[in-house]
Amino acid sequence: MSGRALRRHLTSRLMTVLVIILSFTAVLALVLILGNLIAKGASSLDWAFFTKSPVPAGQSGGGVANAIAGTVVVVGLAALIGVPVGVGAGMYLAEYGAGRLGFLVRFVADVLNGTPSIVIGIAGWTFIVKPSGRFSALAGSVALAILMIPMLARTTEEMVRLVPHSLREAALALGLPRWRTSLKIVARTAMGGIVTGCLVGIARVAGETAPLLFTALGNLNFSLAVGQPMQTLSLQIYVYATGPFDEWHRLAWASALVLMGLVLVISLAARWVTRQRYGSVR
Amino acid sequence: MALFRSDRIYQRTLTAFALSLPLLILVILGVLLASALPAVKAFGPSFLWTSTWDPVAEVYGAAPMIFGTLASSLLALLIAVPLALSVAIFLTEFSPRWLRQPVAFLVELLAAIPSVVYGTWGIFVLIPFLRQHVVPVLKALFGWTPFLQGVFYGNSLLAGGIILAIMIVPYIAAVSREVLLAVPTAQREAALAMGATRWETVRSAVLPYGRAGLIGAIILGLGRALGETMAVTMVIGNRHDIGVSLLQPAYTMAAAIANEFSEATTNMYLSALFAVGLILFVLTVAVNAVARILIWRVARGAAVGSKAL
Repeated sequence: MSGRALRRHLTSRLMTVLVIILSFTAVLALVLILGNLIAKGASSLDWAFFTKSPVPAGQSGGGVANAIAGTVVVVGLAALIGVPVGVGAGMYLAEYGAGRLGFLVRFVADVLNGTPSIVIGIAGWTFIVKPSGRFSALAGSVALAILMIPMLARTTEEMVRLVPHSLREAALALGLPRWRTSLKIVARTAMGGIVTGCLVGIARVAGETAPLLFTALGNLNFSLAVGQPMQTLSLQIYVYATGPFDEWHRLAWASALVLMGLVLVISLAARWVTRQRYGSVR
Repeated sequence: MALFRSDRIYQRTLTAFALSLPLLILVILGVLLASALPAVKAFGPSFLWTSTWDPVAEVYGAAPMIFGTLASSLLALLIAVPLALSVAIFLTEFSPRWLRQPVAFLVELLAAIPSVVYGTWGIFVLIPFLRQHVVPVLKALFGWTPFLQGVFYGNSLLAGGIILAIMIVPYIAAVSREVLLAVPTAQREAALAMGATRWETVRSAVLPYGRAGLIGAIILGLGRALGETMAVTMVIGNRHDIGVSLLQPAYTMAAAIANEFSEATTNMYLSALFAVGLILFVLTVAVNAVARILIWRVARGAAVGSKAL
């Protein structure tokens, strides 16, 4: 091998190794974070943690039952608001989105997807909290729904577009109205993908904190009233992690582990739904 | 057009859902504009480049936050881009088939970690690690540069930039990967047939072909970094100050809103924070629009990277 060829091959080898090392650095970051979460959070997970509400600052013990329940309520309500609008907009993009309005909606969805969640938080505050005169779980849910809608619109569109044209044509040829074809044939075929998109969207907003700071606000007591301030795991972690007490830090790690677990379970369920669906269809 | 009246109802219903998106963005913009108006009137464009932030005297200037937002995001890009592009190149060009799925899944998982969890990890793991192992080494090597002056207390531009970098890696990697997947195989085969090595193929045939999309992916990551709130708020130190040292505390626009919104007791204070929100909103919309146009040019309108979003 001439010197030049050797140098080229060495460069190639070197860059390959560098690319591999850098790739695994990214994976290592994930492993480190998850490892720390488990190492520092798992030991605090006991019965009281899941069933009790927080005790006054400085005392030890107590749990985050209020935050867990609050997360379920706030995120569930957000899904109730966001899923129909997001999926509906996605169906529009897939079925009627070829024109100028389709282009505009698609573009706006992509741009909204990148809008900082804190901005949506203060917009929600101005629009709901300020006129109604009080912080509420409902306002938090609306803010989260706004985050969810553009995401769902885009994934729904993508999933519906995967449905073969022949299916739609067969249904229309049989004389089905377009809306029945769209709902009963096209949407049903894409259902697995749409559900996956919804679950991914829900998983993402479940971990959001910034839009809730000035809407759901947080609550030290157990509360399920959607017209009142409500605690969520993410808000609780923020307060505990930035607070001065060791006991709070302990609870922050445990809450972070629970929140991470919740998000992971929803994300994995999303994957599982798609696999099931496509496994049975193909 | 439609054969059935029910079809028209269906189309109108879906159109209404779709119209909610442009409506939302207009409402958000309207709310921000209206609420920021008093501050915009009082301070004018100098709001952008003055540094005083004095709630007592009611004088506000956003320069330190704008500087901190840009500085932390650029630092994040410096760290994240090599990592993310490596992941994308590894997954599309070098990885054995059986390793692709697991690595892609693990990197995607980084996007699933909530911001506030990143912040917690930053406070209790990253900052102590930086203090003990990284900053002494950096100071020994580059302590003479202006970027590493001063005492390291922990909460700093450096910590914020690193956390942001980890957070945007999955976004840049996911989009870059799809861009590289869209590069035709013939492009690679041609280079290999000319006798190029594997790396030369990547560098001269694959990367240039996807360049617009890759730049789009990076700008998309920048958009994420600019607007990221919680994790940054928890580690960047939240100080109204402009300094080039990475070891000093800084502030970002998003962090300022998160921190001070509930303390803003006067109308002008609140309005100044809305003005900060307006700047942040316009900045991220512009950045995202540019990124999307670049990515669309490569991917022809497909929702590239939506898995990671």
